[in-house]
Amino acid sequence: MQSLLPHLERITGPRWVRHRRAELATYAMDGLPTRESPPAAVVMPGTREEVIAIVRELHRAGVPWVARGAGTGLSGGAVADPAAVMITLTRLNRILSIDPARRRAVVEPGAVNARLSEAALPFGLAYAPDPSSQAACTLGGNVAENAGGPHCLKYGVTANHITELEVVLPDGSTARLGSRGGEAWGPDLVGLFVGSEGMFGIAVEITTRLVPLPRAVRTSLADFGSIRAASEAVSAIIASGIVPAALEMMDQVCVRAVEASIYAAGYPTDAAAVLLVELDGSEEAVVGDGAVVDNLLAQHGARSITSASSPAERARLWQGRKKAFGAMGRLAPDLAVQDAVVPRSALPAVLDAVGAIGRRHELVVSNVFHAGDGNLHPNISFDRRDAQLAARVHQASGEIMEACVAAGGSITGEHGVGSDKRDYMPLIFDAATLDAMCAVRRVFDPLERANPGKVLPIHACREWRAGGVA
Amino acid sequence: MSDAVLTRLRALLGSAGVEREADGLPRATPDSSESFAQVCHVASEEGWRIRLEGQGTWLPADAPAELALSTRALDQVVSVSPADLVATVQAGAPLDEVRRRLADQGMWLALDPPGRPDRSIGSILATATAGPLRYGFGSVRDHVLGCAVVTGDGRIVRAGGRVVKNVAGYDVTKLHVGGFGGFGVITEVHLRLRALPRADVTFTALGPRDRLAAAARAIGAASLSPSALEMFSPALAAEAEWMLAARLTGTDSAVVGEARRLSATGDVTWQQLRADRSAAFWGLTARAALAGPITLRLGVLPDGLEETIDLVGHDLDEGLVSAGGMGGLRWTGTTSVERLRSLRRAMAAREIPMTIERAPWEVRREIGHFGAYREGVGQLVSKLREAFDPKGALQVALEGSG
Ligand SMILES: Cc1cc2nc3c(=O)[nH]c(=O)nc-3n(C[C@H](O)[C@H](O)[C@H](O)COP(=O)(O)OP(=O)(O)OC[C@H]3O[C@@H](n4cnc5c(N)ncnc54)[C@H](O)[C@@H]3O)c2cc1C
Repeated sequence: MQSLLPHLERITGPRWVRHRRAELATYAMDGLPTRESPPAAVVMPGTREEVIAIVRELHRAGVPWVARGAGTGLSGGAVADPAAVMITLTRLNRILSIDPARRRAVVEPGAVNARLSEAALPFGLAYAPDPSSQAACTLGGNVAENAGGPHCLKYGVTANHITELEVVLPDGSTARLGSRGGEAWGPDLVGLFVGSEGMFGIAVEITTRLVPLPRAVRTSLADFGSIRAASEAVSAIIASGIVPAALEMMDQVCVRAVEASIYAAGYPTDAAAVLLVELDGSEEAVVGDGAVVDNLLAQHGARSITSASSPAERARLWQGRKKAFGAMGRLAPDLAVQDAVVPRSALPAVLDAVGAIGRRHELVVSNVFHAGDGNLHPNISFDRRDAQLAARVHQASGEIMEACVAAGGSITGEHGVGSDKRDYMPLIFDAATLDAMCAVRRVFDPLERANPGKVLPIHACREWRAGGVA
Repeated sequence: MSDAVLTRLRALLGSAGVEREADGLPRATPDSSESFAQVCHVASEEGWRIRLEGQGTWLPADAPAELALSTRALDQVVSVSPADLVATVQAGAPLDEVRRRLADQGMWLALDPPGRPDRSIGSILATATAGPLRYGFGSVRDHVLGCAVVTGDGRIVRAGGRVVKNVAGYDVTKLHVGGFGGFGVITEVHLRLRALPRADVTFTALGPRDRLAAAARAIGAASLSPSALEMFSPALAAEAEWMLAARLTGTDSAVVGEARRLSATGDVTWQQLRADRSAAFWGLTARAALAGPITLRLGVLPDGLEETIDLVGHDLDEGLVSAGGMGGLRWTGTTSVERLRSLRRAMAAREIPMTIERAPWEVRREIGHFGAYREGVGQLVSKLREAFDPKGALQVALEGSG
């Protein structure tokens, strides 16, 4: 490793290579509180050419590496073990072009999600996927995780908004995937790359779609006396065929945390759960669907419904939701943010089960999530210095995953597998499918040097090598 | 040879699962993913080449092979969950049958691919042939939550899942949607559904091509949200002029409002189709893709439509052209391998991918569905094929001979 550093410094200049213990501590974790490991060194390229040169150098030296954006990931994806070099992409943060007529933007991977929408706003356009971390997370990280957000219910997740990628493969060669228009050029390798969690290479140039801002928007906040009633309202809205722009739920623990914080949004603290429903589109559609939705909410026991159409009032209704994670920092030093998906009709039963698991393990579980997609985030507040408590959190998390899978769901809807969920993969994929994933990974990275140890369980990947089954 | 293959297949599947095609080729029609896997495994071991078939309505069954493998016995709608707007369907199920089943329960698969209404779901996925509804609902892959695939050497891969949001593991489904079967046979799919719209209205306008194209762009710029917006050449529309067609779906009041704005946009005169004619209209325009032996699509952006149509008209025949309001152009007609090669070169120079969706084997073999790839991609694709079909059993011409 020591012999590698001068080579890296020659590429980026010594200022952009970090290797002292204290400097590395910043990079020892991402948003996941349970995994901590400093890399061997951190290198911060400032250009696409430097990325290529660094990857080539690491390939030559046989050193594994981990790409990192803002480090907000919640599955431990951007954490490297002490033998690996971290390649941090935050200096590559330019928005290279915005083409309003074609509704496309071209960005560097370190560009921050929210900056792109801000840049598109003067043209009446936006970048649709809006993770709650959008003020910090990068588009490269979004591509790697196939990130979602509240408005992905109607507009689709990251994968639906990326048309073209330039990637640096783990051997230092480059490939151009997709096309500006969005039609795959050959097999859909953009679709395959999005969500590959930094294991197929580094995206160095990203072309995204931009969507026009809706003509009319209406946001409503409804509060409920029980979580079950709120989740039944969600199922009823989905079954009605209306596709809201967003349909989010927060439970009482979460509402109280927000209302006690500087982000207080005026949510009713005696509610067992609140729903935020946003409708957008043409004026007639918003009014028509709004009446139907209000009716469904009332039928399912909403105690009150507050609606807003002006941007300022809507922002106030959203504020509590957007700041929920920040506010929950008040409850305990650490928050295990879980992520799973269930069929939407199963929401009431699964939320009951999650509540019961929390009570059984005597844990504080709060729910703030993308209800319209069935994408749960049961969050467990804890203190990682308390080993016994951390063990209970781990146990409860596993039980929650099992409950979601038993309901026909998935172990992650947007945060990725990383190192955190790796051991749950066999819950939803059989051996042959895991092996196929290993085979795909080796197509991009035959030497398994890009983000090693993530996503795929260690014992997977044997059968494929051994040959056919049947 | 063919007798030995037939005997072997009968031993695997029983005589009901094996027959002979018109040209004498043994055709296996297994009725489960597992028996598909057995056939692929044996074929791969024996070095037999496999010709993949669905309902046989889209791609001609003409690839040279030792056996044909058809999904037509895999034609069941396995499950439909109205509350979740998700269905699981076997790959050989004909689209019209699936549509009927869903409509009975108030649901809709918002896909209107070119070709006959009884095309198999598997063929629509494998060729990623989306129709005019891509304007409002995206391309084929956007409707697919997961699928089961049998690889060339007989493994069953179950990619994705049955929920609408899912990032567990790599998104292997994407490789198979639009992979033309080169990475395995799709045997079962999980589909994302929508509620059947209460109102579904179609408007058409006739006029000179460039005026209609400008109107289509104006509709996009005004952020109207038709579910389909497609321009048809005179030959395709069977009219004296070009035609622009817009399909509005949703609630009654939303459609009325959108129709009002539509008529105020662009320098064209809209006619509303009679309600009882609109399904037939879209069905006919879809079927037009079968009017010639070759169908191709070009991934062009909306501002390049006119130039691209000119180039296609110059390099190929007039043919039948269908062009999407958000870009994407489909051409059907008769032409030569040489002309297709030269068009593909001209398109590549403009960064426009050209995919052969349908053509006789002599054409596919020469120029492939995709032809040459962009920088760095060729080696990835060939390694992916090796991973999913190590013995090269699947007779699919992705690249052609160059
Ligand atoms: C408060 C909070 C709220 C959140 N809300 C959401 C939400 O609503 N929806 C959601 O989806 N996520 C959410 N997240 C998770 C996280 O923000 C996303 O996963 C985001 O996409 C990560 O971006 P990042 O730049 O921080 O990536 P990092 O955490 O730095 O990296 C994530 C992964 O991407 C890889 N990577 C980074 N850059 C590249 C590149 N250029 N090429 C290839 N691989 C790369 C890394 O190797 C790693 O595996 C939230 C996180 C927090 C802390």
